[in-house]
Amino acid sequence: MTTTSGTWTEEILELAGTKVQMVKGGSGDPLLVLHDEMGHPGWLRFHEELAKNHTLYIPSHAGFGETERLDWIMNMRDLAGWYLEVLDDLGLDQMNIMGFSLGGWLAAEMAVMCPDRFKKLVLVGAAGIKPTQGEIFDMFLVVAKEFITNCILDPAKTAEFQQICPDEPTPEQVEAWEVAREEACRLSWKPYMHYPPLTHLLHRLKSLPSLIIWGRQDGIVPLSAGEIYQQAIPGSQLSIIDDCGHRPEVEKPEEFVRRVQQFLSAG
Amino acid sequence: MFIGYFTERPYQDEASGFFGATGKPIMDLTVSNGIYDSHLAADLYNRFLDEKIYAEEMGFDGLMLNEHHSTPFCMGGAMNVEASILARITKRAKIVLMGNILPIWDDPLWLVEQLAMIDLISRGRLVSGWVRGTGRESVAHNSPPPYNWERFKEAHEFIIKAWTEPGPFRWEGKHYQYRHVNPWVRPYQKPHPQIWLPGVVSRDSLVWAAEQRIPYIMLSTELEPTKKAFELYHETAAEQGYESGPQNLGYLWKVHVDETEELAEATARKFIQGPSNPFLAGNEGTQNPALLALPGLSSRHRVLPTQAVSTAARGGAGGVLGRPYEQQIKDYTIIAGTPKTVIPKIRHVLEYLRPGSVFFWDGDGAMTHDDAMRSLRLMGEEVIPAVQEIAADLELPSSFDVDTKTGKPIEQTPVATADTEGGHGQD
Repeated sequence: MTTTSGTWTEEILELAGTKVQMVKGGSGDPLLVLHDEMGHPGWLRFHEELAKNHTLYIPSHAGFGETERLDWIMNMRDLAGWYLEVLDDLGLDQMNIMGFSLGGWLAAEMAVMCPDRFKKLVLVGAAGIKPTQGEIFDMFLVVAKEFITNCILDPAKTAEFQQICPDEPTPEQVEAWEVAREEACRLSWKPYMHYPPLTHLLHRLKSLPSLIIWGRQDGIVPLSAGEIYQQAIPGSQLSIIDDCGHRPEVEKPEEFVRRVQQFLSAG
Repeated sequence: MFIGYFTERPYQDEASGFFGATGKPIMDLTVSNGIYDSHLAADLYNRFLDEKIYAEEMGFDGLMLNEHHSTPFCMGGAMNVEASILARITKRAKIVLMGNILPIWDDPLWLVEQLAMIDLISRGRLVSGWVRGTGRESVAHNSPPPYNWERFKEAHEFIIKAWTEPGPFRWEGKHYQYRHVNPWVRPYQKPHPQIWLPGVVSRDSLVWAAEQRIPYIMLSTELEPTKKAFELYHETAAEQGYESGPQNLGYLWKVHVDETEELAEATARKFIQGPSNPFLAGNEGTQNPALLALPGLSSRHRVLPTQAVSTAARGGAGGVLGRPYEQQIKDYTIIAGTPKTVIPKIRHVLEYLRPGSVFFWDGDGAMTHDDAMRSLRLMGEEVIPAVQEIAADLELPSSFDVDTKTGKPIEQTPVATADTEGGHGQD
């Protein structure tokens, strides 16, 4: 089954022996987009903008959305290992990779396993690192809507807030959130949303151009985690967006897209 | 019929804030133990143990304990400690644990050892219940909720094997691994103490209990959905090729007996006052919706008719929690009165649900020691003998009368106690 919209399609592909839900859109240099702990939020403005210069591949992770859950995947490294075969089966040699929050952690794990596989890495409010100041907000001690609201510094001024967190979510949306939370819980309950050895493995990314984007007021993964990412990945840039929470791609889409485009188009 | 006594051992201190109707509107996990009064707690622990001793004297067959964590409504954070003490200071009654929260144990070999020791010290009086725990238990001991059910089943299999098969053996499971299992303690009862499964919500758990042919105990739920859940047990048993009966089922609910109707009502209202359990019917405390809906803790879809509590927590229609006292009296989830008025109501519950085991939940909420003791005395003098007669009349055997696996009568042997067996147990 394929769903088509103006600039994107959605279909179920057989990848790495698994039925994978894949949203694909745009044209140009391939960019793999790894969604966060609440699942793919739907096609948003930042997707639309990035799709002008890139072919976006937005899979749902195993156990999220319509992608099958794999019983043996019990932590982020298991998921990252499985994902590398998904890329093999997509037939993409080298590609850009961008991950949000839990998806950022996933991108970092995949990159340290296989740095040559990727052209450029973009991490956005990435989990995976224990912050030196503050704690990663515990998503499991609040309900879904409260968590999403906490991701945004100023929901009232965020044009797409209703898209990611409707006042009256449909039953399908509520179910999709619960599915996502359950799988996120399997991957990250303990240690919560981080893996201590990752910091030490990030040095392997010394030849991979890496951009680390963070909202200065990130209330989910504190900025100090972003600073550790920047220090641990030689040559990486930390790009901080002011007056912005955990999801700059939603809260400050223009600023976010500008910085990503600039990074991806640089020679 | 097996008749047990239960209280949740509330931490009765106004400084803690209360979950109940008369308390401050506090929420789970929001109460700091910074206000914990150790002297008060020492008194309470000893009071609850004393009440258990008296319950045994008054003729109860079972003394039931439960366990919750990080909450003032239940002081039994390490229930096996209380059970160990009861093993030594009581003589006849079964010690019914409902139960150990299997999934939160990272090392269930501790359970193999502790429970076998309790069974030995009590000379075979342990009933070992298992539960899956509420959200607060998973949070307190940091056990991954999506693996709750898998860990439950694996820990159960591991414990049974460690109790029944000669060691040493290895265990290389998905959630538990051991290189040398050979505990130097084995249960008194053979092949092992009875395993019971109390619950409220999960269809998976009830069906599993029926498949394992072990008793399922419904905890303080409304009668009609409880009956439907019991029917599901019987249907599952039939599918499994055996006939289940009262011996496979138990029911716990609130019963308070007092000297006059007026005193009974005034006291029974305390069930939903003080630090009483906000998770079960009738309490007006504030729930923490995230705790009741931890991801994957139990199936969102495979639920029992009794699970309105968690449906409400997930935003669905509920209404169980806010049920006022009068409604609970009307629907029999609280029975209160003098023996004369209480006994016919208990008969109604027994006729309607046909359980082989019942537990009277009393002495809870804001009830004092005196409240609890008055009720225990009247239960012993009048209610228990009457209920046993009714149960005999209705033919409601317990799991100690009839084998839950075969439906055949169990040959009765005198209960072993310290007094009858002598030796090192003399006191």
